[in-house]
Amino acid sequence: MSQSLEAYLVLSVLLFGIGMFGFLAKRNAIAMLMSIELMLNAVNLAIIAFGAFTPEFAARASTFALFVIAVAAAEATVGLAIVIAIYRNRRTPLVDEYASMKE
Amino acid sequence: MDLVFNSEVAEAAEHGAEALQLAPASTEQQIMLLLVLLVPLAGFLLTGLVGRRLGRRPWIISVTAVLISAGIATVMAFGALTADEPMRIGFTLYTWIPAGPIEVAGHIVDLNIEFGFLFDNLTAVMFIVVTWIGALVHIYSIGYMEHDASKWRFFSYLNLFMFSMLLLVMADSYLVIFGAWELVGLSSYLLIGFWYTKRAPALASKKAFLVNRVADHGFLVGIMGVLLLTGTANVLESFAGFEHVDDLVQDVVVGLLFVGAAGKSAQFPFHVWLPDAMEGPTPVSALIHAATMVNAGVYFIARTSPLFATAPETMIAVASIGIFTAILAASIALTQKDIKRVLAYSTLSQLGYMFAALGIGAWMAAIFHLMAHGFTKGLLFLGSGSVIHSVDGEQDMDKMGALYKKIPITHWTFLFAALSLSGIPFFAGFFSKDAILAESFIFGYTPVFVVGIIVAAMTGFYMFRLMGKTFYGKSQVDPEVEPKIHESPRSMTTPLILLAIPTIFMGIVIGTGLFIGGPFFGSSMIAEWLDPIFAPANETMQLHGHEYDLIGIDGGLILASVAVAALGIAVGIWFFGFFGSRTRLDRVDAIAGRNRVTRFLYTASFNKWWFDDLNHLIFFRFGGVVANSVMWFDVKVVDGIVNGVGSATQSVGEGVRHIQTGRVQNYALGIAVGLIVIAALFILMAR
Repeated sequence: MSQSLEAYLVLSVLLFGIGMFGFLAKRNAIAMLMSIELMLNAVNLAIIAFGAFTPEFAARASTFALFVIAVAAAEATVGLAIVIAIYRNRRTPLVDEYASMKE
Repeated sequence: MDLVFNSEVAEAAEHGAEALQLAPASTEQQIMLLLVLLVPLAGFLLTGLVGRRLGRRPWIISVTAVLISAGIATVMAFGALTADEPMRIGFTLYTWIPAGPIEVAGHIVDLNIEFGFLFDNLTAVMFIVVTWIGALVHIYSIGYMEHDASKWRFFSYLNLFMFSMLLLVMADSYLVIFGAWELVGLSSYLLIGFWYTKRAPALASKKAFLVNRVADHGFLVGIMGVLLLTGTANVLESFAGFEHVDDLVQDVVVGLLFVGAAGKSAQFPFHVWLPDAMEGPTPVSALIHAATMVNAGVYFIARTSPLFATAPETMIAVASIGIFTAILAASIALTQKDIKRVLAYSTLSQLGYMFAALGIGAWMAAIFHLMAHGFTKGLLFLGSGSVIHSVDGEQDMDKMGALYKKIPITHWTFLFAALSLSGIPFFAGFFSKDAILAESFIFGYTPVFVVGIIVAAMTGFYMFRLMGKTFYGKSQVDPEVEPKIHESPRSMTTPLILLAIPTIFMGIVIGTGLFIGGPFFGSSMIAEWLDPIFAPANETMQLHGHEYDLIGIDGGLILASVAVAALGIAVGIWFFGFFGSRTRLDRVDAIAGRNRVTRFLYTASFNKWWFDDLNHLIFFRFGGVVANSVMWFDVKVVDGIVNGVGSATQSVGEGVRHIQTGRVQNYALGIAVGLIVIAALFILMAR
């Protein structure tokens, strides 16, 4: 384990950036969901790193990380269910075809 | 005979206001009063609903109704006028508006507006004037409106007017009076515009209505003032509370009431509607615009005389406007060519006399003149209708002349009425006009007296100018019409003869002591009738009478007024002829055109002192500019702001709606950018 907090945070930012880019750039709904997971985990990594380097926050940081994992799991479940439902309707996983929110 | 009345006034003032107590009406009296009122109403409704089906006699219901009403009213009136004790009865039909508690002068009072009636000698006198002239005009109209296709409408309106006018003189509360006030205004409007397909009557009816509305506004505010100050809408009950009101407030409230009265009675500056109202059928001019409705203002001031007595400054205004209207209208009457317009301006002038009398506290003289003038002017108008009828609808006096042999009944009755109006002894108008002039002199209102004397001379002149141009001199009737000139049918001449009776004898009977066992001058029947009613007002004004003196001042005043009237008549006859005598019409033109002053006076009189043009300028031209600029402001600025807010919202929405693409990733980009901006700001702030 590296002794520098910055290294963890840089990794976290990189992961978050990749996730954000994937979310904004990918047309496939499944890939977008995966990007969300990446962003969530980047945030999780930052939380854990802060917890490890400031001992008085360690317990709270672990709790938060667990929460985030649970929320990520739930989000993935619901998100995938929605994507499947839409796919059945529209016969396509590509989000730019889903423009009916315009109306 | 001027204060023919004054000894009684002083006597009554000593007794104080308790002389006249309000007694509850017995059941029979209630039924009779209601019948007087409701029979014409029923006549109006029936004729209005089924009149079209009555065929050639649509007048049958309304004439019957008005005769029944007149009969009952006469019984009631005579009962009251011949009673030993002065009578004042009243009853309440129902509570019209239970308005609840209001605060008056620091006390909480329950304001309940009752729909009630009042009957005393003043009402009785008005009953006689209204129902008798009304009945005769109804009968006259049978002949006059013979050839009109929609005469059922005419007769139903006439009955509506009778109902309204009777309600006006019977009502005991300000609000009911106001309602009746508007109803007579409505029937006047309907009847002036009876021939509504012609332009002039339609415009005249609108003018009458609008001018009256302006005045009614003052009236209504005045009524509200009385209501708030006294906490009661009842006329009689309001007097006591009003005495304790601040002087200035009294003047203002009474002044507002006077504005209303001046509008209905066509006093300056509201006088412009009455001459135009002559566009209506002549019986309407006789009934509404000469004998009854225009007297409503005089009646109202007499009815509320204790209120007016508390406001001496307003009383001065009443007298000034009255006498000013008298001379203004008389000066216009001198040169008018339309026979009905001369009579209309004469009506204004005589109403001015009545207001002058009211303003100086000569209440009884005003009511006496109201009666005498009502019958006289009713006769004059019906006579003018008969003249117009005989010359095939011509109203221009320049196209009449020498009619006296061809329509003798009309001529003779007209002559009596003209003498009465001019104030020749011993016709009715002599007594009443002399009463006004004498009281103005004795009460010390010299300007009123002087102007009144001048107007008396002018009255004699314009009446005999009218007589000369119409009945005497050389015939200037259209040669085609000439052979067709005929006396009117009996339904028209009978009312003329019947109206001539009070015109000739009324003054002697009720204006002197002849029939009550008193001295001929110095006491009078009408004084006995009306003294108790005006006692409270006279007490407030502290008017004291004097003993009558035939050789001294009173005889002198009579002589003076008769002399000027005779002078006016003589000048009129000299110019315009009398029976076979010569006319000097060329002299009239010569005098009118002699120099710049006379030319100006003649033009001014002929153009009615340009009041219509002034009103046109103020209200049409200038008012139009104001109205247009207000409209510009409303359309451009007010509406502009409202519409601007709407269209701005719309165009902003139009632009912003492109942001909503429906693509999730666009939204997410927005969120991401926002996040980055917030993060950057956060970092910058933390530095």
